[in-house]
Amino acid sequence: MFPSEFEYLAPATLDEALSLLAEHAEDAKVLAGGQSLIPLMKLRFAAPAILIDINGLPGLSHLQEDKRGRGFLRIGALVRNAALERSELLKARYPTMAAAAPLISDPIVRNQGTLVGSLVHADPQGDWGSVLLALEGEVVAKSATGERRIPATKFFDGPFTTVLRPDELAVEARVPAPGPRSFGTYLKLERKVGDFATVGVAVSVSTERGVVTRAGIGLTGVGPANIKAVDAEQALVGHRLTDKAIRRAAELAAAASEPRTDVRGSADYKREVVRVYVARGLHQALAAKAA
Amino acid sequence: MHRSITVTVNGQARTAEVEPRMLLVHFLREVLDLRGAHVGCDTTSCGVCAVLVDGVPVKSCTMFAVQVDGKSLTTVEGLAGNGQKHALQEGFKEEHGLQCGFCTPAMMLVASALLEENPNPSEREIRWAISGNLCRCTGYQNIVKAVQHAAATLHPQPAGRTE
Repeated sequence: MFPSEFEYLAPATLDEALSLLAEHAEDAKVLAGGQSLIPLMKLRFAAPAILIDINGLPGLSHLQEDKRGRGFLRIGALVRNAALERSELLKARYPTMAAAAPLISDPIVRNQGTLVGSLVHADPQGDWGSVLLALEGEVVAKSATGERRIPATKFFDGPFTTVLRPDELAVEARVPAPGPRSFGTYLKLERKVGDFATVGVAVSVSTERGVVTRAGIGLTGVGPANIKAVDAEQALVGHRLTDKAIRRAAELAAAASEPRTDVRGSADYKREVVRVYVARGLHQALAAKAA
Repeated sequence: MHRSITVTVNGQARTAEVEPRMLLVHFLREVLDLRGAHVGCDTTSCGVCAVLVDGVPVKSCTMFAVQVDGKSLTTVEGLAGNGQKHALQEGFKEEHGLQCGFCTPAMMLVASALLEENPNPSEREIRWAISGNLCRCTGYQNIVKAVQHAAATLHPQPAGRTE
Protein backbone atom coordinates (compact mmCIF):
# COMPACT_ATOMS: atom_id res chain seq x y z
CA MET A 1 0.00 0.00 0.00
CA PHE A 2 1.27 3.42 -0.88
CA PRO A 3 0.34 6.66 0.81
CA SER A 4 -0.66 9.64 -1.32
CA GLU A 5 2.17 11.91 -2.34
CA PHE A 6 3.32 14.43 0.21
CA GLU A 7 6.09 16.90 0.77
CA TYR A 8 8.47 15.83 3.53
CA LEU A 9 9.89 18.46 5.85
CA ALA A 10 12.36 17.67 8.61
CA PRO A 11 12.92 20.79 10.71
CA ALA A 12 16.00 20.89 12.93
CA THR A 13 14.62 23.13 15.67
CA LEU A 14 11.35 23.50 17.54
CA ASP A 15 10.94 27.10 16.32
CA GLU A 16 11.35 25.97 12.75
CA ALA A 17 8.78 23.21 13.27
CA LEU A 18 6.29 25.63 14.81
CA SER A 19 6.64 28.13 12.01
CA LEU A 20 6.15 25.36 9.44
CA LEU A 21 3.02 24.31 11.31
CA ALA A 22 1.79 27.91 11.38
CA GLU A 23 2.40 28.19 7.65
CA HIS A 24 0.82 24.91 6.57
CA ALA A 25 -1.68 24.30 9.41
CA GLU A 26 -4.56 22.24 7.94
CA ASP A 27 -2.44 20.79 5.13
CA ALA A 28 0.21 19.34 7.43
CA LYS A 29 0.48 16.39 9.77
CA VAL A 30 3.22 15.86 12.34
CA LEU A 31 5.25 12.66 12.17
CA ALA A 32 6.69 11.37 15.46
CA GLY A 33 6.64 7.57 15.94
CA GLY A 34 4.33 7.20 12.97
CA GLN A 35 2.85 3.93 14.21
CA SER A 36 -0.70 5.25 13.92
CA LEU A 37 -0.25 7.93 11.26
CA ILE A 38 1.64 5.87 8.68
CA PRO A 39 -0.92 3.03 8.69
CA LEU A 40 -3.65 5.64 8.24
CA MET A 41 -1.73 7.22 5.36
CA LYS A 42 -1.24 3.83 3.73
CA LEU A 43 -4.98 3.23 3.93
CA ARG A 44 -5.43 6.82 2.69
CA PHE A 45 -7.66 7.70 5.60
CA ALA A 46 -5.07 10.42 6.05
CA ALA A 47 -3.53 12.17 3.05
CA PRO A 48 -1.62 15.20 4.31
CA ALA A 49 0.01 17.37 1.65
CA ILE A 50 2.89 18.04 4.02
CA LEU A 51 4.51 15.79 6.56
CA ILE A 52 6.52 17.51 9.26
CA ASP A 53 8.94 15.01 10.80
CA ILE A 54 9.80 16.07 14.35
CA ASN A 55 12.16 13.17 15.05
CA GLY A 56 15.19 15.39 14.55
CA LEU A 57 14.09 18.02 17.05
CA PRO A 58 16.21 18.35 20.19
CA GLY A 59 14.67 18.59 23.65
CA LEU A 60 11.64 16.35 23.21
CA SER A 61 13.03 13.07 24.54
CA HIS A 62 12.88 13.84 28.25
CA LEU A 63 11.23 11.52 30.77
CA GLN A 64 11.76 13.11 34.16
CA GLU A 65 10.12 14.50 37.25
CA ASP A 66 9.81 18.20 37.88
CA LYS A 67 9.70 19.23 41.54
CA ARG A 68 7.90 22.53 40.99
CA GLY A 69 4.59 22.90 42.81
CA ARG A 70 3.30 19.52 43.94
CA GLY A 71 5.59 17.90 41.40
CA PHE A 72 4.83 16.26 38.07
CA LEU A 73 6.22 13.87 35.52
CA ARG A 74 7.18 15.24 32.11
CA ILE A 75 7.00 12.98 29.07
CA GLY A 76 8.48 14.57 25.95
CA ALA A 77 6.85 14.10 22.56
CA LEU A 78 9.65 11.82 21.35
CA VAL A 79 9.70 9.46 24.33
CA ARG A 80 9.06 6.01 22.85
CA ASN A 81 6.81 3.47 24.47
CA ALA A 82 9.82 1.15 24.78
CA ALA A 83 11.53 3.76 27.01
CA LEU A 84 8.39 3.98 29.15
CA GLU A 85 8.27 0.19 29.40
CA ARG A 86 11.89 0.08 30.62
CA SER A 87 11.67 3.09 32.94
CA GLU A 88 12.57 2.40 36.58
CA LEU A 89 11.06 5.77 37.49
CA LEU A 90 7.63 4.65 36.24
CA LYS A 91 7.89 1.32 38.06
CA ALA A 92 8.76 3.07 41.31
CA ARG A 93 6.43 6.06 41.15
CA TYR A 94 3.82 5.78 38.38
CA PRO A 95 2.40 2.25 38.56
CA THR A 96 -0.58 2.93 36.29
CA MET A 97 1.79 4.03 33.53
CA ALA A 98 4.25 1.22 34.26
CA ALA A 99 1.41 -1.28 33.92
CA ALA A 100 0.13 0.24 30.67
CA ALA A 101 3.43 0.67 28.82
CA PRO A 102 4.15 -3.03 28.15
CA LEU A 103 0.57 -3.50 26.93
CA ILE A 104 0.78 -0.92 24.16
CA SER A 105 0.69 -2.73 20.81
CA ASP A 106 3.72 -5.04 20.41
CA PRO A 107 7.45 -4.71 21.20
CA ILE A 108 8.47 -3.60 17.69
CA VAL A 109 5.80 -0.92 17.52
CA ARG A 110 6.75 0.25 21.03
CA ASN A 111 10.27 0.96 19.77
CA GLN A 112 8.83 3.71 17.60
CA GLY A 113 5.44 4.76 18.96
CA THR A 114 5.18 7.58 21.48
CA LEU A 115 2.80 8.37 24.34
CA VAL A 116 2.19 11.92 23.16
CA GLY A 117 1.55 10.71 19.62
CA SER A 118 -1.00 8.24 20.93
CA LEU A 119 -2.80 11.03 22.82
CA VAL A 120 -2.86 13.27 19.77
CA HIS A 121 -4.10 10.43 17.56
CA ALA A 122 -7.01 10.12 20.04
CA ASP A 123 -8.12 6.66 19.04
CA PRO A 124 -10.91 5.72 21.49
CA GLN A 125 -9.11 2.40 21.77
CA GLY A 126 -5.82 4.07 22.63
CA ASP A 127 -4.57 3.08 26.06
CA TRP A 128 -2.71 6.23 27.05
CA GLY A 129 -5.80 8.43 26.88
CA SER A 130 -7.45 6.45 29.68
CA VAL A 131 -4.26 6.54 31.74
CA LEU A 132 -3.97 10.30 31.36
CA LEU A 133 -7.64 10.75 32.32
CA ALA A 134 -7.26 8.54 35.40
CA LEU A 135 -4.10 10.37 36.49
CA GLU A 136 -5.53 13.80 35.63
CA GLY A 137 -2.62 14.68 33.43
CA GLU A 138 -2.35 17.38 30.83
CA VAL A 139 -0.90 18.04 27.41
CA VAL A 140 1.47 20.94 26.74
CA ALA A 141 0.83 22.45 23.31
CA LYS A 142 3.12 24.96 21.65
CA SER A 143 2.54 27.15 18.65
CA ALA A 144 4.41 30.01 17.03
CA THR A 145 2.30 32.37 19.13
CA GLY A 146 2.50 30.73 22.54
CA GLU A 147 2.01 27.78 24.79
CA ARG A 148 -0.96 26.35 26.64
CA ARG A 149 -1.58 23.45 28.98
CA ILE A 150 -4.67 21.42 28.23
CA PRO A 151 -6.10 19.14 30.94
CA ALA A 152 -6.73 15.58 29.75
CA THR A 153 -10.41 16.03 30.60
CA LYS A 154 -10.63 18.82 28.00
CA PHE A 155 -8.19 17.38 25.46
CA PHE A 156 -10.27 14.68 23.76
CA ASP A 157 -13.09 15.88 21.57
CA GLY A 158 -14.46 12.65 20.16
CA PRO A 159 -13.08 9.80 18.10
CA PHE A 160 -9.70 10.72 16.56
CA THR A 161 -10.32 14.33 17.51
CA THR A 162 -8.67 16.61 20.05
CA VAL A 163 -8.88 20.30 20.82
CA LEU A 164 -5.37 20.88 19.45
CA ARG A 165 -5.31 23.61 16.82
CA PRO A 166 -3.72 22.78 13.46
CA ASP A 167 -0.83 25.16 14.20
CA GLU A 168 -0.12 23.59 17.60
CA LEU A 169 2.43 20.90 18.41
CA ALA A 170 1.92 18.70 21.47
CA VAL A 171 5.42 18.85 22.94
CA GLU A 172 4.88 17.13 26.25
CA ALA A 173 2.43 15.25 28.46
CA ARG A 174 2.40 15.84 32.20
CA VAL A 175 1.18 13.67 35.02
CA PRO A 176 0.91 14.91 38.62
CA ALA A 177 3.33 13.32 41.09
CA PRO A 178 1.63 10.67 43.20
CA GLY A 179 0.79 11.27 46.85
CA PRO A 180 2.62 9.29 49.54
CA ARG A 181 0.11 6.44 49.57
CA SER A 182 -0.88 5.91 46.00
CA PHE A 183 -1.43 2.90 43.84
CA GLY A 184 -2.55 2.26 40.32
CA THR A 185 -2.65 -0.26 37.55
CA TYR A 186 -3.81 -0.77 34.00
CA LEU A 187 -5.72 -3.86 33.00
CA LYS A 188 -6.25 -4.67 29.36
CA LEU A 189 -8.19 -7.43 27.67
CA GLU A 190 -6.83 -8.08 24.19
CA ARG A 191 -7.34 -10.96 21.80
CA LYS A 192 -3.65 -11.14 21.04
CA VAL A 193 -0.50 -9.09 21.51
CA GLY A 194 -0.71 -6.02 19.32
CA ASP A 195 -4.48 -5.95 19.07
CA PHE A 196 -6.44 -2.96 20.25
CA ALA A 197 -8.08 -3.27 23.64
CA THR A 198 -11.36 -5.13 23.80
CA VAL A 199 -11.55 -3.29 27.13
CA GLY A 200 -8.89 -1.40 29.04
CA VAL A 201 -9.20 0.04 32.53
CA ALA A 202 -6.82 2.50 34.19
CA VAL A 203 -7.09 2.76 37.96
CA SER A 204 -5.32 5.15 40.31
CA VAL A 205 -6.05 5.64 44.01
CA SER A 206 -4.51 7.73 46.79
CA THR A 207 -5.39 7.16 50.43
CA GLU A 208 -4.79 8.73 53.81
CA ARG A 209 -5.25 6.56 56.89
CA GLY A 210 -7.10 4.06 54.73
CA VAL A 211 -9.56 6.61 53.35
CA VAL A 212 -9.54 7.38 49.64
CA THR A 213 -8.51 10.99 48.99
CA ARG A 214 -8.30 10.78 45.21
CA ALA A 215 -9.52 8.20 42.71
CA GLY A 216 -8.99 8.05 38.98
CA ILE A 217 -10.65 5.59 36.63
CA GLY A 218 -10.23 5.69 32.84
CA LEU A 219 -11.91 3.35 30.35
CA THR A 220 -10.56 2.26 26.96
CA GLY A 221 -12.44 0.88 24.00
CA VAL A 222 -15.92 1.27 25.45
CA GLY A 223 -17.08 4.57 23.99
CA PRO A 224 -16.54 7.14 21.24
CA ALA A 225 -13.56 8.45 23.21
CA ASN A 226 -11.65 7.42 26.31
CA ILE A 227 -14.00 7.77 29.26
CA LYS A 228 -13.29 9.16 32.71
CA ALA A 229 -15.65 7.31 35.06
CA VAL A 230 -16.34 10.35 37.24
CA ASP A 231 -19.27 8.91 39.21
CA ALA A 232 -17.24 5.86 40.15
CA GLU A 233 -14.30 8.05 41.21
CA GLN A 234 -16.49 10.28 43.36
CA ALA A 235 -18.16 7.28 44.99
CA LEU A 236 -14.76 6.20 46.29
CA VAL A 237 -13.49 9.50 47.66
CA GLY A 238 -13.98 9.78 51.43
CA HIS A 239 -14.51 6.04 51.81
CA ARG A 240 -12.38 3.06 52.72
CA LEU A 241 -11.71 0.50 50.00
CA THR A 242 -14.21 -1.98 51.39
CA ASP A 243 -15.70 -4.74 49.26
CA LYS A 244 -18.91 -2.77 49.20
CA ALA A 245 -17.26 0.48 48.08
CA ILE A 246 -15.32 -1.35 45.40
CA ARG A 247 -18.44 -3.12 44.16
CA ARG A 248 -20.32 0.17 43.98
CA ALA A 249 -17.52 1.93 42.07
CA ALA A 250 -17.23 -0.98 39.63
CA GLU A 251 -20.95 -0.85 38.92
CA LEU A 252 -20.85 2.91 38.37
CA ALA A 253 -17.90 2.57 35.99
CA ALA A 254 -19.73 -0.13 34.03
CA ALA A 255 -22.74 2.17 33.84
CA ALA A 256 -20.54 5.00 32.51
CA SER A 257 -19.23 2.84 29.66
CA GLU A 258 -20.86 3.05 26.26
CA PRO A 259 -19.57 -0.07 24.51
CA ARG A 260 -20.71 -1.24 21.11
CA THR A 261 -21.00 -4.77 19.88
CA ASP A 262 -18.24 -5.57 17.42
CA VAL A 263 -15.83 -8.32 16.43
CA ARG A 264 -14.13 -8.08 19.84
CA GLY A 265 -17.29 -8.80 21.83
CA SER A 266 -20.84 -7.78 22.60
CA ALA A 267 -21.69 -4.55 24.34
CA ASP A 268 -22.98 -6.48 27.37
CA TYR A 269 -19.78 -8.49 27.59
CA LYS A 270 -17.56 -5.41 27.43
CA ARG A 271 -19.62 -3.64 30.08
CA GLU A 272 -19.21 -6.67 32.32
CA VAL A 273 -15.44 -6.67 31.72
CA VAL A 274 -15.34 -3.02 32.79
CA ARG A 275 -17.09 -3.94 36.03
CA VAL A 276 -14.77 -6.88 36.71
CA TYR A 277 -11.59 -4.97 35.82
CA VAL A 278 -12.41 -1.90 37.90
CA ALA A 279 -13.11 -4.15 40.88
CA ARG A 280 -9.93 -6.14 40.22
CA GLY A 281 -7.82 -3.00 39.92
CA LEU A 282 -9.20 -1.58 43.16
CA HIS A 283 -8.67 -4.87 44.99
CA GLN A 284 -5.08 -4.79 43.78
CA ALA A 285 -4.79 -1.28 45.17
CA LEU A 286 -6.06 -2.50 48.49
CA ALA A 287 -3.63 -5.45 48.50
CA ALA A 288 -0.69 -3.21 47.58
CA LYS A 289 -1.42 -0.97 50.52
CA ALA A 290 -1.80 -3.86 52.92
CA ALA A 291 1.62 -5.16 51.88
CA MET B 1 9.80 15.67 -5.23
CA HIS B 2 12.61 13.16 -4.68
CA ARG B 3 15.09 13.36 -1.85
CA SER B 4 18.58 12.00 -1.71
CA ILE B 5 19.26 9.75 1.25
CA THR B 6 22.39 7.98 2.39
CA VAL B 7 22.04 4.94 4.57
CA THR B 8 24.56 2.47 5.90
CA VAL B 9 23.09 -0.94 5.17
CA ASN B 10 24.88 -3.97 6.57
CA GLY B 11 28.02 -1.85 6.87
CA GLN B 12 27.89 -0.43 3.36
CA ALA B 13 26.96 3.19 2.56
CA ARG B 14 24.15 3.36 0.01
CA THR B 15 22.83 6.55 -1.56
CA ALA B 16 19.59 6.82 -3.51
CA GLU B 17 16.95 9.26 -4.66
CA VAL B 18 13.60 8.37 -3.17
CA GLU B 19 10.08 9.70 -3.11
CA PRO B 20 9.14 10.72 0.45
CA ARG B 21 6.20 8.33 0.39
CA MET B 22 8.39 5.33 -0.34
CA LEU B 23 8.20 2.93 2.58
CA LEU B 24 11.43 1.57 3.99
CA VAL B 25 10.50 -2.00 3.09
CA HIS B 26 10.10 -1.06 -0.57
CA PHE B 27 13.37 0.87 -0.49
CA LEU B 28 15.16 -2.22 0.80
CA ARG B 29 13.47 -4.69 -1.52
CA GLU B 30 13.16 -2.72 -4.73
CA VAL B 31 15.88 -0.09 -4.66
CA LEU B 32 18.61 -1.99 -2.82
CA ASP B 33 17.42 -5.45 -3.94
CA LEU B 34 17.53 -6.80 -0.38
CA ARG B 35 14.58 -9.18 -0.32
CA GLY B 36 14.97 -10.48 3.22
CA ALA B 37 12.52 -7.94 4.65
CA HIS B 38 9.16 -9.37 3.65
CA VAL B 39 5.79 -7.73 3.14
CA GLY B 40 3.23 -9.71 5.07
CA CYS B 41 0.16 -7.96 6.40
CA ASP B 42 1.19 -4.48 5.27
CA THR B 43 -0.80 -3.15 8.24
CA THR B 44 1.78 -3.05 11.06
CA SER B 45 0.52 -6.30 12.55
CA CYS B 46 2.69 -9.25 11.55
CA GLY B 47 6.30 -8.11 11.99
CA VAL B 48 7.79 -9.98 9.00
CA CYS B 49 9.15 -6.68 7.62
CA ALA B 50 11.20 -5.95 10.76
CA VAL B 51 14.76 -4.72 10.29
CA LEU B 52 17.19 -3.06 12.69
CA VAL B 53 17.62 0.72 12.54
CA ASP B 54 20.61 1.70 14.67
CA GLY B 55 20.24 -1.71 16.31
CA VAL B 56 16.56 -1.28 17.17
CA PRO B 57 13.86 -3.45 15.53
CA VAL B 58 11.33 -1.44 13.51
CA LYS B 59 8.59 -2.46 11.12
CA SER B 60 9.91 -1.32 7.77
CA CYS B 61 6.37 -1.19 6.34
CA THR B 62 5.59 1.52 8.89
CA MET B 63 8.50 3.84 8.30
CA PHE B 64 9.42 5.99 5.33
CA ALA B 65 12.79 5.53 3.68
CA VAL B 66 13.50 9.26 4.15
CA GLN B 67 13.33 8.71 7.92
CA VAL B 68 16.45 6.52 7.93
CA ASP B 69 18.67 9.05 6.15
CA GLY B 70 22.02 8.97 7.96
CA LYS B 71 21.17 5.89 9.97
CA SER B 72 22.65 2.42 10.11
CA LEU B 73 20.51 -0.54 9.09
CA THR B 74 20.88 -4.27 9.52
CA THR B 75 18.85 -6.66 7.42
CA VAL B 76 18.98 -10.44 7.49
CA GLU B 77 21.47 -10.29 4.62
CA GLY B 78 23.90 -8.68 7.08
CA LEU B 79 23.63 -11.29 9.83
CA ALA B 80 26.17 -13.74 8.47
CA GLY B 81 29.78 -12.59 8.34
CA ASN B 82 32.84 -13.86 6.50
CA GLY B 83 31.02 -16.88 5.14
CA GLN B 84 30.09 -17.91 8.68
CA LYS B 85 26.48 -18.32 9.69
CA HIS B 86 25.37 -16.15 12.60
CA ALA B 87 24.71 -18.08 15.80
CA LEU B 88 21.01 -17.41 15.32
CA GLN B 89 21.04 -18.85 11.82
CA GLU B 90 22.82 -21.90 13.19
CA GLY B 91 20.28 -22.08 16.00
CA PHE B 92 17.29 -21.90 13.65
CA LYS B 93 18.85 -24.65 11.55
CA GLU B 94 19.72 -26.91 14.48
CA GLU B 95 16.43 -26.50 16.32
CA HIS B 96 14.18 -26.49 13.23
CA GLY B 97 13.11 -22.94 14.04
CA LEU B 98 11.53 -22.47 10.63
CA GLN B 99 9.18 -24.21 8.30
CA CYS B 100 8.05 -21.96 5.45
CA GLY B 101 10.67 -19.37 6.38
CA PHE B 102 8.56 -16.30 5.71
CA CYS B 103 8.80 -14.92 9.26
CA THR B 104 12.38 -16.10 9.79
CA PRO B 105 14.47 -13.07 8.73
CA ALA B 106 12.55 -10.71 11.01
CA MET B 107 12.43 -13.29 13.78
CA MET B 108 16.22 -13.60 13.71
CA LEU B 109 16.78 -9.85 13.62
CA VAL B 110 14.46 -9.24 16.56
CA ALA B 111 16.19 -12.08 18.42
CA SER B 112 19.61 -10.60 17.64
CA ALA B 113 18.53 -7.26 19.14
CA LEU B 114 17.26 -9.12 22.21
CA LEU B 115 20.55 -11.00 22.66
CA GLU B 116 22.47 -7.76 22.23
CA GLU B 117 20.54 -6.23 25.14
CA ASN B 118 20.07 -9.39 27.18
CA PRO B 119 22.64 -12.10 26.36
CA ASN B 120 21.03 -14.72 28.56
CA PRO B 121 17.26 -14.29 28.27
CA SER B 122 14.75 -16.54 29.99
CA GLU B 123 12.15 -18.35 27.90
CA ARG B 124 9.59 -15.79 29.03
CA GLU B 125 11.82 -12.92 27.92
CA ILE B 126 12.35 -14.53 24.52
CA ARG B 127 8.61 -15.02 24.05
CA TRP B 128 7.99 -11.42 25.10
CA ALA B 129 10.62 -10.10 22.68
CA ILE B 130 9.18 -11.96 19.68
CA SER B 131 5.55 -11.28 20.57
CA GLY B 132 5.35 -8.74 17.72
CA ASN B 133 6.39 -11.36 15.15
CA LEU B 134 3.78 -13.74 13.80
CA CYS B 135 4.67 -17.26 12.73
CA ARG B 136 1.89 -19.39 11.27
CA CYS B 137 3.92 -22.61 11.02
CA THR B 138 5.98 -23.50 14.02
CA GLY B 139 3.87 -22.76 17.06
CA TYR B 140 6.94 -20.81 18.24
CA GLN B 141 8.31 -23.68 20.32
CA ASN B 142 11.29 -24.31 18.09
CA ILE B 143 11.86 -20.61 17.50
CA VAL B 144 12.31 -20.19 21.25
CA LYS B 145 14.69 -23.16 21.27
CA ALA B 146 16.61 -21.68 18.35
CA VAL B 147 17.12 -18.41 20.22
CA GLN B 148 18.19 -20.32 23.33
CA HIS B 149 20.61 -22.31 21.17
CA ALA B 150 22.10 -19.08 19.83
CA ALA B 151 22.32 -17.54 23.31
CA ALA B 152 24.16 -20.62 24.57
CA THR B 153 26.57 -20.45 21.61
CA LEU B 154 27.28 -16.76 21.99
CA HIS B 155 27.49 -16.79 25.78
CA PRO B 156 28.26 -20.31 27.00
CA GLN B 157 28.51 -19.12 30.61
CA PRO B 158 26.51 -18.96 32.79
CA ALA B 159 23.96 -21.65 32.00
CA GLY B 160 20.53 -20.51 30.81
CA ARG B 161 18.32 -19.28 33.58
CA THR B 162 15.11 -21.08 34.35
CA GLU B 163 11.85 -19.40 35.25
